[in-house]
Amino acid sequence: MALFFFVYFSLVSIAAGLLTVALRNPVHCGLALLTLLLHVAGLFVLLNAEFLFAVQVIVYAGAILVLYLFVLMLLNLKTDERYLHSRYAVILFAAAAVCGELLILLLRSPYAGAKGDAPAEVVLKDGDSYAVGIKMFSDYLLPFEIVGVFLLGAIIGAIVLAKTPTSADAEE
Amino acid sequence: MVPLSAYVAVSAILFATGLIGVLVRRNFIIVLMSVEIMLNAANINLVAFSHYLESMAGQIVALFVIAIAAGEAAVGLAIIIVVFRGRLSTNVDEMNLLKW
Repeated sequence: MALFFFVYFSLVSIAAGLLTVALRNPVHCGLALLTLLLHVAGLFVLLNAEFLFAVQVIVYAGAILVLYLFVLMLLNLKTDERYLHSRYAVILFAAAAVCGELLILLLRSPYAGAKGDAPAEVVLKDGDSYAVGIKMFSDYLLPFEIVGVFLLGAIIGAIVLAKTPTSADAEE
Repeated sequence: MVPLSAYVAVSAILFATGLIGVLVRRNFIIVLMSVEIMLNAANINLVAFSHYLESMAGQIVALFVIAIAAGEAAVGLAIIIVVFRGRLSTNVDEMNLLKW
């Protein structure tokens, strides 16, 4: 059963990723990205990460994607007749080289390592949210605070950048 | 039981798709969406290794990645709005204001 769900979620996310890159209309791309995000959330459930599943659905599919769709609707872009970069042939060659290197690295990796302190039965006893919370607020407290400050900076930066120019700014 | 390498393969395919999208597409918004695909591929990897190597650290880092992605989307879209206001275009190969 888990194998069936894994095959379903992974095939649909790969197809949705290809559609996101390949579709012409930006709104359709956004909807394909929504499909991708929801199916990746399904993969997280298969990996016993329910908290990340909820965060993925709420933050990614709920907030970030709605932001993208807002900007798409706001700008009201016309679909171009040419949708690739003007020098895409050269760039595609570079992309193929990077993908080849990725493949080589993956084939050489051992996929094993030292086991940590959170086996599946321990995590499932109290729930994944409990395990994430205990770890987050003990060992990773400083990175957590740094991410909070980072998000504050991102919000201020976005507001300053997207502010409508007032008459005082317009005299340039 | 699904092997770990299957998750790594899915994540590698998604990462390559996102990479090609970032490099090849002309619309800046689609480029940002492709960056989101790449971040999701990295998240799948982190969570899969976290599950199979029985450590919580991968899930914590995946949470941080989601937070950084939210900030990146906000700032990136603000930059798109600024550029669009000046040029009426969001094509990456027409953006050369900072070139000299």
